[in-house]
Amino acid sequence: MAKKRLSQKTKRIDLIFKLSLFVFVVSTLVITASVIAILLHESSDFFNTVPLQDFLFGTRWAPLLEPQSFGVLPLVSGTLLIVFGAILFALPTGLLVATYLSEYASDRTRNIIKPILEILAGIPTIVYGFFALTFITPMLRLVFPEIQIFNALSGAIVVGIMILPMIASLCDDGFRAIPRSLREGAYGLGANTFEVISQIVIPSSASRIGAAIVLAVSRAIGETMAVTLAAGATPNMTINPLESIQTMTAYIVQVSLGDTPAGGIEYQTCYAVGILLFAMTFMMNILGNVVLSRPKLEGM
Amino acid sequence: MKSSKRQIMNSAFAISCKAVTWMSLVILAVLLFHIFKQGYEFLSFDFLQNLPSRKAHKAGIKTALVGTLWVVSLTACFAIPFGVATAIYLQEYANKKSLFIRFIKINIANLAGMPSIIYGLLGLTLFVRYFGFDRSILAGSLTLALLVLPVIIITSIEAIKAVPGSIRYAAFAMGARRYQVVLGQVLPAALPGIMTGIILSISRVIGETAPLLIVGAMSYVAFLPENAMDMFTVLPVQIYNWAGRPSEDFHSLAAAGIIVLLGVLFSMNFIAVIIRKKFQRYKSE
Repeated sequence: MAKKRLSQKTKRIDLIFKLSLFVFVVSTLVITASVIAILLHESSDFFNTVPLQDFLFGTRWAPLLEPQSFGVLPLVSGTLLIVFGAILFALPTGLLVATYLSEYASDRTRNIIKPILEILAGIPTIVYGFFALTFITPMLRLVFPEIQIFNALSGAIVVGIMILPMIASLCDDGFRAIPRSLREGAYGLGANTFEVISQIVIPSSASRIGAAIVLAVSRAIGETMAVTLAAGATPNMTINPLESIQTMTAYIVQVSLGDTPAGGIEYQTCYAVGILLFAMTFMMNILGNVVLSRPKLEGM
Repeated sequence: MKSSKRQIMNSAFAISCKAVTWMSLVILAVLLFHIFKQGYEFLSFDFLQNLPSRKAHKAGIKTALVGTLWVVSLTACFAIPFGVATAIYLQEYANKKSLFIRFIKINIANLAGMPSIIYGLLGLTLFVRYFGFDRSILAGSLTLALLVLPVIIITSIEAIKAVPGSIRYAAFAMGARRYQVVLGQVLPAALPGIMTGIILSISRVIGETAPLLIVGAMSYVAFLPENAMDMFTVLPVQIYNWAGRPSEDFHSLAAAGIIVLLGVLFSMNFIAVIIRKKFQRYKSE
């Protein structure tokens, strides 16, 4: 009897334990839900005043000046300029680093490089921003004397350095997921290392490389402090990387640091830009993570 | 002839892979050297103990250090139980094939990739305005807790996953319920791995700037915070404030602040590595 009672007691405890853990699990969904709800709710007044197409396709962004104008394209183009430049630097570099790590490096070299990449990935973005402002921009000035103090190029370079470890380690994982047998088959046919990499390893991990790019782009879009410090605060529709621009994230920082009263339309623009930023990164993250969560190729 | 062209391509590619990889080491070295060169003259005990000041030579980071300590401790209190509990459920209780659990996991991966500034907007709206916490340490810590939660969940899942099944089966064979297996066997065995993850996420909290700027960490706070509802500043926000000024002296102050920040972060990473090397018996893969 006593044994049975004990058994029932532990069974009850187990159930309670399980249910209370489950509450936490469901709360992670609540976080996403409340982000979406808050962004929608707080920007609804804004979209009642400013038509959606004026916001999305307008080419002048001047909510803090008279006459006000709420076309978000200059912020989007500024963001994309940074993203494009960063990927242009980080993708080839990241692929080469990943190739070196997975195909060439000895275990000893790997054990040196991996921690260095982790350190690069762990340095706070504010530090990169400072580095861009006080080192990269003066260096660029030697090459382009006409460059502005705040410029997109220096922001793009530093964001590229920031996403390099991410691309390198995701691609490295992708390369290592390719079964040995595929490589050895190609070597057996007389291919050399370069041919194995360019014709076997990279094509077979194409989906994972794609996912890495998507996630890196999303990270670059959301990057804030480095571009706030280095790229400036001038909403500017340009493709000239030597000029000052403003990204979506930098705009949100600018408004929240100023003394814009809560409730005004200037303040609501934060949420309007925020919801666009969220939508862009959310879709890219889903795409990237769904691809990465697919099972790895099995050894044949 | 053809084969020599192939050979050239092959060695050129190998060399460029190697060169680019070591270039990343050079970038890190240049970054550290540049910051050290610019900041070391301002580095002193006074710098650690002085309150912020409008004069560069009298300015210090005491309030920022105390603020960072407050924020980090509170964030850890909120995020660690939440994150570890979620990880235990997902790894030990959940049916991993169910659609709902896969949905939850994708959602967590998405949260990990959500821009930190969106967390700032969330914190500003939810904690500062709706809950009325105002621009306090509490509001900042809750915001950062949400931000690092996915990181803690993901690293804890990895640590729990690494505990071999045999340990669980042995405990089940003794008649233990699942909660007894988890609390008595799995969690202690996974603890070093979980600790490593926690230390790494805490170092992320220490360096985070954008969400705290949005939630309202002040850049000029001339007194030490005394409770969780006080105004505050943290080290990265102080650095941002100095870095944004045109004067060269303030840039050097920012660099000195960065040296302190990186010093803290590197020593935490070092501790994490030691825990990983000394205490971790099980590793995934």
